[in-house]
Amino acid sequence: MNRTLSAPVTVAFDYTRSTGPVVGRFLTGLRDGVLVAGRTSAGEVVVPPLEYDPVTHVQTTDFVEVSPVGTVTSWTWVPEPVAGQPFDRPFAFALVTLDGATRPLFHAVDVASPDEISTGMRVQVRWAAERVGHINDIACFEPLGDESTARPAGGGILEDDLVTGVVTTVSLDYVYAASPEESTFYRGLHEGRLLGQRCPTCDKVYVPPRSACPTDGTPTEGEIELTGEGTITTFCIVNVPFLGQKIAPPYVSAYVLLDGADIALLHLILGVPADEVRMGTRVKAVWKPSEEWTYSLENIDHFAPTGDPDADYDTYKNHL
Amino acid sequence: MRDVAVVGFAQRQMPDFDGSPTCVEMLVPLMTECYEQTGWTRHDVGFWCSGSSDYLAGRAFSFVQAVDTIGVDPPVNESHVEMDLAWAMYEAWIKIQTGEVDTALVYAFGKSSAGVLRRTLALQLDPYTMMPLWPDTVSLAGLQARAGLDAGLWDERAMAEVVNRSLTDAEANDYALRKGGSSVDELLARPMYADPLRKHDCAPVTDGAAAIVLAAGDRAFGVRDKPAWITGISHFTDSASMSTRDLTRAPSAANAAAQLDLDGVEVAELHAPFSHQELILSRELGLADDVRINPSGGPLSGNPMFSAGGIRIGETARRIWSGEIDKGVAHATSGAALQQNLLCVLESSTGKGGA
Repeated sequence: MNRTLSAPVTVAFDYTRSTGPVVGRFLTGLRDGVLVAGRTSAGEVVVPPLEYDPVTHVQTTDFVEVSPVGTVTSWTWVPEPVAGQPFDRPFAFALVTLDGATRPLFHAVDVASPDEISTGMRVQVRWAAERVGHINDIACFEPLGDESTARPAGGGILEDDLVTGVVTTVSLDYVYAASPEESTFYRGLHEGRLLGQRCPTCDKVYVPPRSACPTDGTPTEGEIELTGEGTITTFCIVNVPFLGQKIAPPYVSAYVLLDGADIALLHLILGVPADEVRMGTRVKAVWKPSEEWTYSLENIDHFAPTGDPDADYDTYKNHL
Repeated sequence: MRDVAVVGFAQRQMPDFDGSPTCVEMLVPLMTECYEQTGWTRHDVGFWCSGSSDYLAGRAFSFVQAVDTIGVDPPVNESHVEMDLAWAMYEAWIKIQTGEVDTALVYAFGKSSAGVLRRTLALQLDPYTMMPLWPDTVSLAGLQARAGLDAGLWDERAMAEVVNRSLTDAEANDYALRKGGSSVDELLARPMYADPLRKHDCAPVTDGAAAIVLAAGDRAFGVRDKPAWITGISHFTDSASMSTRDLTRAPSAANAAAQLDLDGVEVAELHAPFSHQELILSRELGLADDVRINPSGGPLSGNPMFSAGGIRIGETARRIWSGEIDKGVAHATSGAALQQNLLCVLESSTGKGGA
């Protein structure tokens, strides 16, 4: 058995960015089948254009159209592509200096083996079937065996419909491991037990246990089983709907200070009207049927009032 | 300027850390080692700074969780950089220069194996014209290596010599993941991976953490007979645009070197995660032939994200504490293909006399 529990996690977000006039003009060009370069104060023709001149720091305003045909100036083989790259089979990434430009553009080249690409090789843009104003409007470069087979260049952009924004989806996959102390906690939940640990320096009992007590920097120790009964120290009534919400508002989220613990646990309170929940309300864990138990705090469906009298303020005043 | 020395150093490197990506469990024993080396408790540390990235951890506020390891009661003077340990140390060095504190402990951590490291690092690139293509770290290094090969600035044999020397030296490093030299010919006989790179040209994906302790003036002598004095520190950045950079050069490394006195340097610990990058750095720093490069085995033997640069400083400092050398330079890099470079000169003397 590993000392830790782990599970796959995907973190994904659509980044929506405004482009500004320079990058926007370049992306407009891609949408319209044109490669827009920028001229620098040193006379370099750079594609994608730089937003600001590297010497004068003035915003680039001198744009020039360059050819979709160019020459490979460096390349590397990609034997094991990662998700999101232009191909899901081996391919080449390359720096391509387009005819009319003096500095190279980074993109993919569609070749089947490293034997089919070399520095100095002539290539041309293969446009994506649908173009929206994004770097992926260039599907890739492809070898240009015969210059006469070069596809004609674009010929201008739609000036009155410039690209001003771009959306890029980022999705990252992880294997997320719980710490050994957290793993103890989740293994306990899988057996219907609530397990905490004590900080040997300050004697506080943490549920879940931690690899280091935040007060002292000391790892928590031992195994302290808690009953699942506790006191609401503070709470909030959720009235606002949000994306991914699992319960219809209004409902109560509360800090439950389990008897014997020093750190409260955040959980759901049911079995009582939202407006009758109080600081000091005594509650107990309501577990799901054991056949539904996983390695999750969701094994506890919610906490419900025990019906006992409210706890004295003094019993939880140091835990607020 | 105040005299500031490296007086403590601890590290961990491993291929696959069986623990949380906040690395708290890995950091706790590192802190213990630092306290043992210095004879301090956490209350003796005037300033803390950490280096890490939530993109590596796959969770928000991973660095806040890591703060648990230092204990925050009473409240601590603490900061964070989303950069390598070397830059966390740079911030701490400045903090000590302000006179506000005399001591600092900096640490960094990263569980590279939690995700696909070479893919995750694409997020540091231009988000409009580069990142959507997911240029992975190995590919960008491959383009750089090819540029130098095509230009005749280095050849495959020179790259293999770097690897062979690194893996041979790594045999003496308990923390090295990849070790064991063979011969240049044997290395060259191995298959290409990301042509023009073989797998051994690329640093191994490494989980790890490291910590460095700084102390000013007499506080340093309270810890070590021979503190490793920071007699120079400098960092520069090149353009993020892969189009306009000459990839065979690292002007920012040369600029950093120009600010420092590298004469008499005996050891250079260079944070070059790809074999050809050591050749670039060696040239940009103008290192003499007799300078020993990466006696620890260097990043090709282990390259924990966010601490591998700082480990170069620690490895150099260790050699000064022991009296093995009197002067060394440590280098850290960040960004794509040596875009950012930091140099730190460490000496057995402050250079002011009396120390």
